[in-house]
Amino acid sequence: MSLPAFLLLASALFSVGLYGALSQQSIVMIMMGLELMVNAVIVGAAAFWFHTSPDRGDGQVIVLLAVTAMAIEMAVGFAVTTAIFRSRDVDMTDMATDLKG
Amino acid sequence: MVEETAWWGGLLLPLVLVAFALAAASLDSVLASKAAGAPLDFARPLRATAGLLVQQRRGTLAADFTLWRAGGVVLLVAAVLASAATPLGDWVVGDLSVGVVWFNAMEVVAWAAVWLVGWGANSAFGLVAGYRFVAQGLAYELPHMFALITAALGAGSLRVGDIVAAQDEVWFVVWMPIAFVVYLVSVPAMAFSRPFDQATGADAAGGVLAELSGVDRLVFVAGRWLLLTSGAAMAVPLFLGGGNGPLLPGWLWSVIKTAAVLALLVWAGRRFPTIRVDRFQEIAWMVLIPTMLLQALFVSVVVVWR
Amino acid sequence: MWRDVLFWVCAVLAVATGVAVFRVDSMARATFALLASFIFAAGTVLLLDLPYLGVLVILMMIMEMVVMAVFMIMYMMNPAGLMPMTMVHNQKGSLAIAVGTFVLLASGVLLTPWPTSSAPRPEDPTMQLGEALMGSKMLVMIVLGLALFATMVCTVVLATHRGRYDRYGDRLERERPRDPIRGGLGR
Repeated sequence: MSLPAFLLLASALFSVGLYGALSQQSIVMIMMGLELMVNAVIVGAAAFWFHTSPDRGDGQVIVLLAVTAMAIEMAVGFAVTTAIFRSRDVDMTDMATDLKG
Repeated sequence: MVEETAWWGGLLLPLVLVAFALAAASLDSVLASKAAGAPLDFARPLRATAGLLVQQRRGTLAADFTLWRAGGVVLLVAAVLASAATPLGDWVVGDLSVGVVWFNAMEVVAWAAVWLVGWGANSAFGLVAGYRFVAQGLAYELPHMFALITAALGAGSLRVGDIVAAQDEVWFVVWMPIAFVVYLVSVPAMAFSRPFDQATGADAAGGVLAELSGVDRLVFVAGRWLLLTSGAAMAVPLFLGGGNGPLLPGWLWSVIKTAAVLALLVWAGRRFPTIRVDRFQEIAWMVLIPTMLLQALFVSVVVVWR
Repeated sequence: MWRDVLFWVCAVLAVATGVAVFRVDSMARATFALLASFIFAAGTVLLLDLPYLGVLVILMMIMEMVVMAVFMIMYMMNPAGLMPMTMVHNQKGSLAIAVGTFVLLASGVLLTPWPTSSAPRPEDPTMQLGEALMGSKMLVMIVLGLALFATMVCTVVLATHRGRYDRYGDRLERERPRDPIRGGLGR
């Protein structure tokens, strides 16, 4: 229940999410990785609120922000996937590299 | 005042819920036999339970048994947990400071459960029905959530005990009737009961129930009745003044009001035909949500003005 | 004491189910492993005296993951995982980056002298959040609301393949829209 324990959990979740976001080819799986990374933000922000500034609401507001970011990320992600799948039958990132520099 | 029971209250809660659910299923069976012109059949739920207990479980080819079984068990557990914050008279198992949100979270577990049961059987009908319920749930969750929020708004608290206390003089149903009606409509929808039972519709060979048999089916169907019961029981503290009432003790008033709401829902389920999700989707988004927003606005103006 | 035990159980399970997301073959299982990971993480948030946020995360994540399952099945070639398959690129590199990140973060976590606070805890954290959002953090709430509204509009624009000319005709002459599925309002 100490702060480092929570931050270790957050780092582990973040790293697992990062691995997923980097290694997966399917757009949907990449979004799962991103969600795990945001999940780490939730745990970290809640722990910081509890251990360092419980008298202010800032930490809680960040958790709310992370939850909203997750919802927006998923909605926009699926909308883009739907659009690109409809027009080009693409559901993998390796097939949509037009903007690659 | 609402007080938490000792630990054994948590053991009694499932029993009370099962008694209500059995009574509701029995009433449903009576209404069905009456409509069919057959002799009134009170005991069909009990017979069906006994039959399912001895029936051998079927499997399907390449079924995902883990997810399939998990769906039923999760539904049953969530349906009981949904009532953890619902007071019976003055007693409540856990008077959570966020009881209303807790109730909603446990109800939403049904989405995952129904979809899992539809998916797990590896049957086309089950999967189609699972999608039907997800569509229905999406359309209903928002009006349902607004109805819950409106009650919480009127009391200025998410704690169910405070919501009951705020109705000492006037029941919430008096000045938020639309929220009450929307709540009553969305409870059977969230519990995929009649008339919102397209997820188990006969037009899809029983939908998510198509491949369920034996104990699996019993767990799932019981979970559905318990979820409906939990929803009906929550209507009492939210809108009908909880255990408030003259003469009789609080717990008896809670029982009477819950029974009345549950009977109304079961009767409506038998009275109206199954509503198609594609039809009701539009009604939920175009009618229910805007009216609920107006109702919430009205309540907030009253709360600020008082 | 029991809080510590609960925390470590939740933490280990959250990471284990998080790893399972990328290990299982079935997309349905991956989605619900992710849901389990979220719920265990929300369990640790509940342990921090944040009942509202913990329950809210559970509520939101169940809804999100069920919606995600729908898209999973739509866009994956082998959603049920009936035959094993991998859809990964640069696995070794990603693994190295992820492990490196974890080592970096973990050493930072363990080596930094974190501040502690003796500030009084709020009586009701939910009330504190509400007062922050409706008071000093009002701007955050307004921006969140606008962002969500913009998201709704742009996702519908992106995802739908029919515009108003498909519905009302080339000169918008139809009284009633022609939709493949009629709604319930008789329009």
